Amino acid sequence: MIDFTTYAGPKIGNALNKLLDDRHSRHLGIKMDTPFTRVLVFLILGAAFVAGYRVIFGLGASTNMNDYWPWGLWIAFDVLGGVAMAAGAFMIAGAVYILNLKKYKCIARASILNAFFGYLLAAISITFDVGRSAVIWHPLIMWQINSVMFIVALHLVLYLTTLATESSPMVFEKLGWHRALNAVHRIMVGAVMFGVALSLLHQSSLGANYLILPSKLSPLWYSKHIPYMFLVSALMMGFSMVSFETILTGKVFNHQVPKNVLEGLAKGIVFFGSLYFAMKLGTVISGPGLGVLLHDGFLSFMWLLEMAVGVVIPVMLLAKTSSRKNIETIFVASILVILGVLLNRLNVGVFAVSSYANHVGSDYFPSIMEFVLTAGMIAFAILGFKVCAKYLNLFPDTGH
Amino acid sequence: MTISRRGFLKGVTGSAVVLAAGIPSVEAKMSTELPSEAVGLLYDATLCVGCKSCMVNCKTKNSVPGGALYKDGVVPGVVDSLLCRKSDKTEAMKSPPYETKTIAGNEGIWDASQDLSGDTLNIIKAYRNGTGEMKDSPTNGHAFFKQQCLHCISPACVSVCPPGALIKDPKSGIVYYDAYRCIGCRYCQLACPFNIPRYEWSSPWPEIRKCQLCRHRIAEGKYAACAEYCPTGATIFGKVTDLREEAKKRFAMKPGTIYDFPVQTFDSKSTSTRPVAAYADKIYGLTDAGGTQNLMLSAVSFELLGFSKDIPASALPDLTWAYIAKIPWVFLGVFLGGTSLYAITSRKNKNGTDKGDHHD
Repeated sequence: MIDFTTYAGPKIGNALNKLLDDRHSRHLGIKMDTPFTRVLVFLILGAAFVAGYRVIFGLGASTNMNDYWPWGLWIAFDVLGGVAMAAGAFMIAGAVYILNLKKYKCIARASILNAFFGYLLAAISITFDVGRSAVIWHPLIMWQINSVMFIVALHLVLYLTTLATESSPMVFEKLGWHRALNAVHRIMVGAVMFGVALSLLHQSSLGANYLILPSKLSPLWYSKHIPYMFLVSALMMGFSMVSFETILTGKVFNHQVPKNVLEGLAKGIVFFGSLYFAMKLGTVISGPGLGVLLHDGFLSFMWLLEMAVGVVIPVMLLAKTSSRKNIETIFVASILVILGVLLNRLNVGVFAVSSYANHVGSDYFPSIMEFVLTAGMIAFAILGFKVCAKYLNLFPDTGH
Repeated sequence: MTISRRGFLKGVTGSAVVLAAGIPSVEAKMSTELPSEAVGLLYDATLCVGCKSCMVNCKTKNSVPGGALYKDGVVPGVVDSLLCRKSDKTEAMKSPPYETKTIAGNEGIWDASQDLSGDTLNIIKAYRNGTGEMKDSPTNGHAFFKQQCLHCISPACVSVCPPGALIKDPKSGIVYYDAYRCIGCRYCQLACPFNIPRYEWSSPWPEIRKCQLCRHRIAEGKYAACAEYCPTGATIFGKVTDLREEAKKRFAMKPGTIYDFPVQTFDSKSTSTRPVAAYADKIYGLTDAGGTQNLMLSAVSFELLGFSKDIPASALPDLTWAYIAKIPWVFLGVFLGGTSLYAITSRKNKNGTDKGDHHD
């Protein structure tokens, strides 16, 4: 290993040495220089290029968004999707720190870190999505409390700070900063509660963004209950994301997770999945009526696809107690839920305004640059997680 | 855990009290009342001859300092935004933002806006059906209509703007834009039920563009350019209360009645005398999206002209306010509920065997 004290002086060098010490994670067998990592770096570089191009030449030159379709892939996928993928953290943190359900403690660090990267992905993408990136901080000092977007912006900043606080013990531990560690432990329960409140609001706020569009959003998705549907689907997504990442890291990094943890998560998927299904069906019946599911062409198809992939199939897969003991079944169901909820966010963010926008003669399909930035952001989140898994004690107390 | 539970509970109760005390101060709900001195336009499509004089003058009169199309260079624009200050630039623009590349074969010759855009605040479009012979007839006829900001009484764009860059003047009710505040998120575009705000997509430091009812000219004692330069009285400027009465009067009149239509402004001395047309379904703007300060009359129904029929007749910001008003209670609920759950579950743990497991 490189000794940084010779390059950066004893103080900084020592800290760097401690941070880059990966002895505790050797057993996970994480290699940095792999073809997969190279692909990730390549994608991140592509996104960096797009970001630069976008800042210099503007949104018109880099994206296909237009006056009738002002929000595109970046908002629908990176922001709505990225934040939904991060929902696992506050649930697990709440279970461990508030409800004292200690069995979930072994996955708390990983799910909080995963959320941190989800939110970071959303934050970076929206920075490039707004036309005036350099002043994206304006809402923080220019309050406008009628705006859901203002609420979202405030929450994004506060929650990123909260997630960083919740994750900081991992870093302080490595550096051996005991006073900082103690200070964080002292405020942990409060921070977790703050995080729970912020997350409940943040997840629902993203849906509340669309409350003001009764005449533009397709009735398949518009409902005055859309904030609550965003919240419940995010909870369902949260359980799935945590199971997915727990099983995946178990497979990739050679470590085992107690089966009863996964079983608990699978129960959560079934419960919130069923609730979500009832809500979605209820709003369609009480709103445009069930007939709309057959008569609205492409949009009906998207609604049915989203519900089949993200709700019906995974809930049926996990409905039996015996199937909740099978890790492979949980893995498949989790992936389906994640895809289904991401599809829901794409539907709300992109497709649901299509009938309005088409009516006035407008169309939208993301440009190559929009895809490249999004791909790069996902790569960034994966690589960031991998680096943290190598250098931080991400899986304490797990059997290995 | 190194903190005592009592100390922790004290802290939580304290913050809950602070939060609860903060709730009454959150009463910034948007007004749904017409401002006292609200001004607006009445556009009567049956008087419009499609000369587009309003469009020409809108563009030139707004391309001066203070106008809705006036723009700084990128660098001063960025600097003003970063320093959070209004632009104080007074230099004239080189040329109004003409759109000369929208039609093939028109390379820089004439301004040919096809739609509202980052460079066009006001547009006259034509409706055509069948042979197109009869003016103001839905079948085999033609008609003109005007698109621009309608200056909602309770504007969705103002309510959704995160840094408050879109503002409704409390007196005149004009919805205007403070560029230096804007972050360019385009939520106003999405939220506007009439799809009015437009974006400067090609600019690296884009602004939102919409009609600001010539606010800079009103400050000089003048009024909206489109009304001043309308030769037929199709667009008139006035107080909203007067315009509403005028619109209702025309709407109620028997078609064919000879009437003195005021030109330029509601209380103008010059009039144009002609028969009243048969107006279609409604006066547009009385109730749409909770009511707008600009009103429109037409002989061809607004739905046929392409105006959305799904816009609710109530103020749109109320839809989000119902959600936002609940937010303080979520904090309160989570902190009180969370604290009691924490207290209960930790006591259970303490009684059990699970000790010394707090290091995370």
